[in-house]
Amino acid sequence: MASSTMLSSGRSSPAAFMVNSKKLGPAAGRRGRELNVKGKSFGRVRMAVAVNISRFEGVSMAPPDPILGVSEAFRADTSDVKLNLGVGAYRTEELQPYVLNVVKKAENLMLERGENKEYLPIEGLAAFNKVTAELLFGADSPVIQQGRVATVQSLSGTGSLRLAAAFIQRYFPEAKVLISSPTWGNHKNIFNDSRVPWSEYRYYNPRTVGLDFEGMVEDIEAAQDGSFILLHGCAHNPTGIDPTPEQWAKIADLIEEKNHIPFFDVAYQGFASGSLDADASSVRSFASRGLELFVAQSYSKNLGLYSERIGAINVVCSSPDAAARVKSQLKRIARPMYSNPPVHGARIVANVVGEPTLFNEWKQEMEIMAGRIKNVRQRLFNNLSEKDKSDKDWSFVLKQIGMFSYTGLNMAQSD
Amino acid sequence: MASSMCQGIIRNSRRAAALGRFMSTASWWGHVEPAAKDPILGVTEAFLADASPDKVNVGVGAYRDNNGKPVVLECVREAEKRIAGNLNMEYLPMGGSIKMIEESLKLAYGDDSELIKEKRIAAVQALSGTGACRLFADFQKRFLPDSQIYIPIPTWANHHNIWRDAHVPQRTFRYYHPETKGLDFAAMLDDIKNAPNGSFFLLHACAHNPTGVDPSEDQWREISHLFKIKNHFPFFDMAYQGFASGDPERDAKAIRIFLEDGHMIGCAQSFAKNMGLYGQRVGCLSSFCEDDIQAVAVKSQLQQLARPMYSNPPIHGALVVSIILSDAELKSLWLKEVKAMADRIIGMRSALRENIENLGSNLSWEHITNQIGMFCYSGLTPEQVDRLTNDFHIYMTRNGRISMAGVTTGNLGYLAAAIHEVTKASSS
Repeated sequence: MASSTMLSSGRSSPAAFMVNSKKLGPAAGRRGRELNVKGKSFGRVRMAVAVNISRFEGVSMAPPDPILGVSEAFRADTSDVKLNLGVGAYRTEELQPYVLNVVKKAENLMLERGENKEYLPIEGLAAFNKVTAELLFGADSPVIQQGRVATVQSLSGTGSLRLAAAFIQRYFPEAKVLISSPTWGNHKNIFNDSRVPWSEYRYYNPRTVGLDFEGMVEDIEAAQDGSFILLHGCAHNPTGIDPTPEQWAKIADLIEEKNHIPFFDVAYQGFASGSLDADASSVRSFASRGLELFVAQSYSKNLGLYSERIGAINVVCSSPDAAARVKSQLKRIARPMYSNPPVHGARIVANVVGEPTLFNEWKQEMEIMAGRIKNVRQRLFNNLSEKDKSDKDWSFVLKQIGMFSYTGLNMAQSD
Repeated sequence: MASSMCQGIIRNSRRAAALGRFMSTASWWGHVEPAAKDPILGVTEAFLADASPDKVNVGVGAYRDNNGKPVVLECVREAEKRIAGNLNMEYLPMGGSIKMIEESLKLAYGDDSELIKEKRIAAVQALSGTGACRLFADFQKRFLPDSQIYIPIPTWANHHNIWRDAHVPQRTFRYYHPETKGLDFAAMLDDIKNAPNGSFFLLHACAHNPTGVDPSEDQWREISHLFKIKNHFPFFDMAYQGFASGDPERDAKAIRIFLEDGHMIGCAQSFAKNMGLYGQRVGCLSSFCEDDIQAVAVKSQLQQLARPMYSNPPIHGALVVSIILSDAELKSLWLKEVKAMADRIIGMRSALRENIENLGSNLSWEHITNQIGMFCYSGLTPEQVDRLTNDFHIYMTRNGRISMAGVTTGNLGYLAAAIHEVTKASSS
């Protein structure tokens, strides 16, 4: 109480406090070191000197993102013949980004309806959650029919993976996640920041430029029982190499034997082969065995909704009760992260997937996008085979699927 | 699908055992308990389930017009028309929309702020206020792992969740004075003084949630002085700029005072209420640094935290905000609309107080008009709140917090009468 009186009466200019070599405030020079002692004394009280050094002295510059760095370098390059093969977003034949027609239609519908912008519930838009689970598992799947899936709308693939990772950390603190070698760069960041330990299983075979199936199986077998196995549902990023249906079946057998939990990342449903159902077949086959599993979904690529950040985390459980409990805990994780997810992308998806005409139109647009990529693969293969006089087998370009192709080029060749 | 399941069962007996286990009630998630229900959402659920024609929802933390309807601002609709179907939806940078960030900073710190020109502010687009606070909490944990956060009593419940999930230890400082239903200024200063030098404090820039009790300008100056002496870090949560007094400049006064005093503050901004963009999740986190180099480094680290959380923030709301704030006409329209919202609430405060007083209550109700922003900390006890709900179908959170946004000329009289009814026994 006494101190507050002293403070009130002993008022002088705020600059009086800056007795330090660093000068701050509106008139501050940029990095000048000036002594600045101004103002009256405070009588009996010797004010402790407030040292205005930033708390963040020790904050070093973060390394550039390996993927974004490529695009930045591309932009800076002045060459006529430059090509950006780093970008993880669909481009048209004219190398332009592409907004799907169905998305434009959906947005116009939404504008006409003039819907409000109220908070979504923590778990997201109910209409979206319904269609996204059905799209993934198939509407007549027992897991849907029996209400055994906990679905929570999240911030695209990343956000879905993050919610699941936080859940794993909280409820399976002893467990480890196995990720493929290689995998999408951000997978490691997600598990690191969630403090979930991870290790790698062999996946890519540089000699065949294909799948190292034996290595994969060995490593999954060697992992401690009850590990989480991160699998790419289709169109593996970055290799473009997917297991065959037979290989998927063997992987599922092994996972069951080891009591592992499958954790699918599905970022390209429909975008890989052009067929939504075909691209979901790995997930569906696992679900149909009665396995409990995680699936992270993204609509960034297949609906071109990259920046709207729309996806979902789905947890298949053995009972509706378990699904309800799991969902409630996923919500508890989401609430202190962002409270509730963004509404716009969810409404677009709900409108497109939930409306038969738009849904069919979407399927057609997706076939065109996937078709263009397949077409390019074919032409690239033809060109390479023609021009390359060595006996190198370029067929991997055709066998790989989806947006990315692991070329087998080494770093020097890339540089 | 059924046949493949049968084949599976026949093929491998070990697998059959596993299958049986998963198909039974045994599950990986046996130890996962149902999470406690969110106290605020529970109120809305109960309200929706109530069939009474007289029911009133003053629990809702979102603006309602005088008909009790949610509002989409005209300036927002106009901005959306300009966006719809036109722009591509490429990923924003990890730090979000540069344009939106620029406009947010100008709004918070002043169009002509020297600090903005000096590029000393590390700022990223965030997932509304929650996301901004969370990024800061995670950043605090990573770079100052021994630090803790001082949080006012009371505060928005989710503040506790945010810093807890970021693993930053929490302390509290006294804030609300139940006897006066105002600010316990002496106790607040005491707690600020007694905290170790260099502590982190969470301050509500304006329209404190849930009490509606803000320090006066003079009091803010004293707080700022004390912070300088103690070298505390002020982190402002500004969720109601413009929405509190109707004037965004005025609502940012506390922040401006601290900046004049040379504090290097942190600030979480939200556009949920003042632009009605609740579900779009738009906000901004900013943190003042010594110089532009440090600001770039800090921003890069904030991005590193965002990347494994959601990669990059959603674009739609950011476009709306930057279009509105950068277009003179739209900004002017927005200022009118936000003032209208604030004025309606201020008007309802006066009217509610008047109504209760006219009913002959002996209690003091001046706190209704002294408090500011969306919420009124009524002083009602949990038992009185329960009576309001059970006898009068009036829904609010049990801490007695009334959302003035839910008050209309239509339900004003009824609400006043009910409040008087449940409190008159306590007046003596």
